[in-house]
Amino acid sequence: MEARGATDRDLRRAPTRLGSLPAWALGLIPLGLIAVAIGAFVALGGPGLGERRGPPAEELAVERTTLRPGVIELTVRNDGPDAVSVAQVIVNDAFTQFSGAERPIGRLGTATIRISQPWIEGEAYEIAMLTSTGGTIAHEIPVAVETPRTGAGFFGLMALLGVYVGVIPIALGMLWLPWIRRIPPAWLRAVMGLTIGLLAVLAIDATLEGLELAGEGSQAFGGAALVLIGGVVSYLLLTGVTAWIAGRREAAEAAGASAGTLALLIAIGIGLHNLGEGIAIGSAYSVGALALGAFLVVGFALHNTTEGLAIVAPIAHVKPSLARLAALGLIAGVPAVFGAWIGAAAFNHALAAFLFGVGAGAIVQVIVQLAPSLRDDEGRTLPPVAVAGVLTGMALMFGTGLLVSV
Amino acid sequence: MLGTAAVLHSSVPHRHPWDADAQAADRHAGHAGDAVAGHADFRDGRTVDHRANGFDPHALLRDFDWGKTTRLPNGRVLREWELTAVEKEIEVAPGVRFAAWTYNGRVPGPTLRCREGERLRIVFANASSHPHTIHFHGIHPAEMDGVPGVGAGEIAPGGRTTYEFEALPAGLHLYHCHVRPLAEHIAKGLYGAFIVDHDKARPEADELVMVMNGFDTNFDRANEVYAANTIPFAYMDRPIRAARNELVRVYLVNVLEYDLVNSFHLHGNLFDYFPTGTRTEPSELTDTVMLCQGQRGILEWRFPYAGRFMFHAHQSEFTELGWQGMFEVS
Repeated sequence: MEARGATDRDLRRAPTRLGSLPAWALGLIPLGLIAVAIGAFVALGGPGLGERRGPPAEELAVERTTLRPGVIELTVRNDGPDAVSVAQVIVNDAFTQFSGAERPIGRLGTATIRISQPWIEGEAYEIAMLTSTGGTIAHEIPVAVETPRTGAGFFGLMALLGVYVGVIPIALGMLWLPWIRRIPPAWLRAVMGLTIGLLAVLAIDATLEGLELAGEGSQAFGGAALVLIGGVVSYLLLTGVTAWIAGRREAAEAAGASAGTLALLIAIGIGLHNLGEGIAIGSAYSVGALALGAFLVVGFALHNTTEGLAIVAPIAHVKPSLARLAALGLIAGVPAVFGAWIGAAAFNHALAAFLFGVGAGAIVQVIVQLAPSLRDDEGRTLPPVAVAGVLTGMALMFGTGLLVSV
Repeated sequence: MLGTAAVLHSSVPHRHPWDADAQAADRHAGHAGDAVAGHADFRDGRTVDHRANGFDPHALLRDFDWGKTTRLPNGRVLREWELTAVEKEIEVAPGVRFAAWTYNGRVPGPTLRCREGERLRIVFANASSHPHTIHFHGIHPAEMDGVPGVGAGEIAPGGRTTYEFEALPAGLHLYHCHVRPLAEHIAKGLYGAFIVDHDKARPEADELVMVMNGFDTNFDRANEVYAANTIPFAYMDRPIRAARNELVRVYLVNVLEYDLVNSFHLHGNLFDYFPTGTRTEPSELTDTVMLCQGQRGILEWRFPYAGRFMFHAHQSEFTELGWQGMFEVS
């Protein structure tokens, strides 16, 4: 130990030739060497590696399908390592006229292919893009429906949908506040448990939905990893925000955030989740896979009303202003409107998967923050009444979730 | 709109580098934009590079290879050909390359033509990297059958052999490679038509050869493109010229792999059909015939009217994937 300590000191003191350089220069030297090495490697054509074996690997992911009368438009992204040339397009076993993708599509590049096809509503279409090597990249349109045009009326409809499934149910759920103010503390713990149960199902749901979406679109941006990255990012961001708010308020609650902060965090978490839910609704509507029936709206209302309860549970014993309550409700509900817009107008599998991950991470963070409030007077972390609450919450969210499948 | 494809087609001017016709010098305007006008075709009416391929389906139509003849001591005619198996990348649809296996660098291989009873000698050289044979349909000794394990058997890369037999019977036949895996060796392009003329010649006619084939470009054992004489839509882009009231004779051979049947349908007319071309009396007057792989027949008709008449497989899928064409009768 002695000897090693001495060595460290010696090293630190040792006046080397490099030691005379400023710290920033020492930091840059490895970067410079990396640049030189890469440059030399490229200039020499990757000595010793030779040509890549085998035929080019051609991968195209269809990111967006737009149907207009007589035209099917595909936006594709090159997922693979090599450039892809779309030479011909086959729709339902027939060569068709098309425009776009005149040049080879490079790695991660996109192109829009406009196919002339007198498609019929309600029928299925299988599109095969025939590449220069003779490979085919297939894309299926299970049910052809004209893509809604994104005008003011459309955005209005999506906003209305967002209000129906996000804002109104949450506002209704928050009306439980007077009730939970009157119930005994043990019951309140059960309600908090219920909230955690509700959120747990939402987190599981968001993660699975995100993973499903990630598997469908372009894999070039990480696929399923995007969901996990989104989750970690939002978890860490919200943790940081929580600490920051707690620090500013100098709230003395040792266990974590104050009741008000908790309610805000829950609202943010649920809001991020509803953003994802809105995206799912909007994209499903835009591809005609969603019937805007009363059943759907009723289902979502029941489903999301429980989210309102989750927001007000931590503030049972504080007296928030009406404006503050409204703000919490809007934070949780309005993202559904934005989600519906994004989902309907600019749907992208990778982005949606990432946002679902963000929603899941936010909810997990909220659960972690809420957990201490379950503790009873005897110091038990999970008293039976809280466990019963959690299980009831999970059952409730699971049950109402069956009413709506997007 | 689609139902009048043939009519619309005639009103759409074409532009093709190989087309010497002045009338076809204009832009292929009908295919741009959203309008689904005119007949099925490749993107913007583009064609493959026939020059790079080394063969033009229009030239193949009337290209009969009579070989070289000498007299044997007994006075009989000895007819000889040289066929070489070579690997060649060809463009089977505009912008789509296919690694073909060919006889003499073309798909289908040369149309070998001879007369009944002649002595035939086919010198086969294998200049490719896989073993191949030539298996002829017709009557011949077992060792001349061109199948593995009999006679010369498989001809290894760099090897050669000579197939020799009598030209029997008269009719329309075919030849193809018979090495395993069979589907692969045939589908990649090792086939051709083999015509043995009757002693008593058929009447004078405008004679055409059509070898119905297709290509599995993505190796899923289903064809992506279909054609007569390899290049899809080739006879849509440039119709086949025919003279009014002149006898047209089509030597039709089906070599299509992966699909159970193929067919030929003629518009605005009916034809006399001579199955396998072995008889000189037609078996029926029809406008559609169905052939399995290896089946072939001779078709004869005259066009009483001028104008453009379609011909195609009467399987809409094959038609829309390239196997269709036009006769331009004047």
